[in-house]
Amino acid sequence: MSSTLASGDFSSKPSATQSVRVMIQPPPKKMARSGPMADRIFGWMAKGAAFLTLGMLLAILASLTISAWPAIEKYGLGFLTNTTWDPVKEEFGGLVMIYGTLATSFIALLIAVPVSFGIALFLTELSPAWLKRPLGTAIELLAAVPSIVYGMWGLLVFGPVLATYVQQPLQAAFAGVPYLGAFVSGPPVGIGILSAGVILAIMIIPFIAAVMRDVFEVTPALLKESAYGLGATTWEVVTKVVLPYTKAGVIGGIMLGLGRAIGETMAVTFVIGNFNQLDSLSLFQAANSITSALANEFAEAGEGLHQASLMYLGLVLFFITFVILSLSKLLLSQLRKGEGTKT
Amino acid sequence: MRITFKLPLVSLAVVSTLGFAGAASAQEITGAGATFPAPIYAKWAADYNKATKVKVNYQSIGSGGGIKQIDSKTVDFGASDMPQTDEVLKSKGQMQFPTVMGGVVPVINVKGIEPGQLKLTGTLLADIFLGKISRWNDPALKALNPTLALPDAAIAQVRRADGSGTTFIFTNYLSKISAEWKSKVGEGTAVNWPVGAGGKGNEGVAAFVGRLPNSMGYVEYSYVKQNKMTYAVMQNSAGNFIKPEDDSFKAAAAGADWAKSFYQILTNQPGKDAWPISGATFVLMHTKQDKPANATEVLKFFSWAYVNGDKTAADLDYVPMPKPVIAAIEKAWGEIKDGSGKPVAFK
Repeated sequence: MSSTLASGDFSSKPSATQSVRVMIQPPPKKMARSGPMADRIFGWMAKGAAFLTLGMLLAILASLTISAWPAIEKYGLGFLTNTTWDPVKEEFGGLVMIYGTLATSFIALLIAVPVSFGIALFLTELSPAWLKRPLGTAIELLAAVPSIVYGMWGLLVFGPVLATYVQQPLQAAFAGVPYLGAFVSGPPVGIGILSAGVILAIMIIPFIAAVMRDVFEVTPALLKESAYGLGATTWEVVTKVVLPYTKAGVIGGIMLGLGRAIGETMAVTFVIGNFNQLDSLSLFQAANSITSALANEFAEAGEGLHQASLMYLGLVLFFITFVILSLSKLLLSQLRKGEGTKT
Repeated sequence: MRITFKLPLVSLAVVSTLGFAGAASAQEITGAGATFPAPIYAKWAADYNKATKVKVNYQSIGSGGGIKQIDSKTVDFGASDMPQTDEVLKSKGQMQFPTVMGGVVPVINVKGIEPGQLKLTGTLLADIFLGKISRWNDPALKALNPTLALPDAAIAQVRRADGSGTTFIFTNYLSKISAEWKSKVGEGTAVNWPVGAGGKGNEGVAAFVGRLPNSMGYVEYSYVKQNKMTYAVMQNSAGNFIKPEDDSFKAAAAGADWAKSFYQILTNQPGKDAWPISGATFVLMHTKQDKPANATEVLKFFSWAYVNGDKTAADLDYVPMPKPVIAAIEKAWGEIKDGSGKPVAFK
């Protein structure tokens, strides 16, 4: 209670003069909260924050390019197609790592997207109400597991399981079959492109599933119920009503997952094998990824070409992420264009 | 009420500790570099701090990083597993000295073979890591180990994925032994491996070898001892098959001519009991000191560690430097001078 009110004696019958004195007392003077100047300062600050981000992006790009320059100058774009990585003879090419990054992320998406779709679909359309909360929380908790834990689990638990129950039976089944045999060749140790891809898939499922569930939930019940009323099956409702309505969110969720898969370092470095050779496209061949190579070699890389080449790899990773983001934006705008013309 | 009464006391205590810390920070020295000696430097630093109140702050950022940091004088001492040649040191105005030793040991995981049973020569080891010998029942392996039941299985080679001093010692040894290794792969903290999967760190390689049947890798001696791994015995340059242990590493150090230069890579050393894949780890310092007070503290610290740190080193499975080498090191410290050209005192 403010002191003005307390001093005004309302409990006993107030005299007219008293009450008037209370009423006409001017409110305490406050600083002007708005005004042309304050508004302008606010505008500048908001603009500053936005431009700071842009400036930082450009600065990072510039410093990466400058540190990578010796390697860019020496190898040019040939760096992207050369598979040799030889720190002793100072010959560097990034194709092995670029391939590893793209292949593991692709496998991760291949597994994670359908699974996440299933999870989101189940949680929003099929699950009994009592199961929704615990299941949803469990999936979100998966996202809280530190990546190094996934890495250790992959190396010590998942790798051997993959080797014994998947790789060796596959190798036995495809022995001597052209192409397919080569696709599953490699030492039976359970590390390589496939294990890294599967681990990444497990890591990104919670992200994609959470986004998909959230956007599925915002689909208006009216639309869905109308479709059900017309006799549509759950599958038809999802593919013809929910998905078209939420496609921007779904693609956004997938891109979020892809971004994480491409940038993941610790979990990958444990299970990918860190082998800089690309002599087969086998799923079970030890390989390397950009992030893993950077994490492993940076500390001991001497100044000069080795370090510059690692920086060049970082620049390539930057570029890959940029291209993927742009492609997803492009895809979304194409989808939006299509909306008007559909009959 | 009790809490409010105690609070000022507590804050007084905090302030006074902070005050002490502030006073001690004048005697604080910083080093950075190799990861291999980081555990022993940390332990020595803790013990030294208890004894003298001087704080030694060591950051294990890798040998390459340590060299960079000491070049730019951001630290009082740098540390590297790879010794620098005398010419390089001279051009940079630096000197180096070894602190502790260790050995790199081939480890295997083959059913039925106990630690120390498998015999290897340098040539065989090079051929295995070149991929030329790819199966355990290769005639060359069988000829050397006629009594062992070597399986008809592929050798799964495991090596370090990250750049490391361990890899440098290992590849340096293979380069000395095998001309083919030298021309095809060479030596360095990271090399272009012809075969094998890479584990991160000694612990990564140890984990791989531990769980991959029929694998072979190489790790620092302490990992062999702590994880009770199956090691191989190696033939040294005198032709004897040697077990990896403190004495065989010391024998390797004894064979080197430390009085001439500290640029000693202890691989393939002469000496009938020398372990062939040994190495020391080094500390780098500027010979002309801008901060002679700090240099004094660094030298005092290592001088203390050579005398009082032997047991700690042995506990952590490092091998202390032999006495004559320590004498040579303390003599070489005379090169470290302050601005006026006077040697920095450390006693």
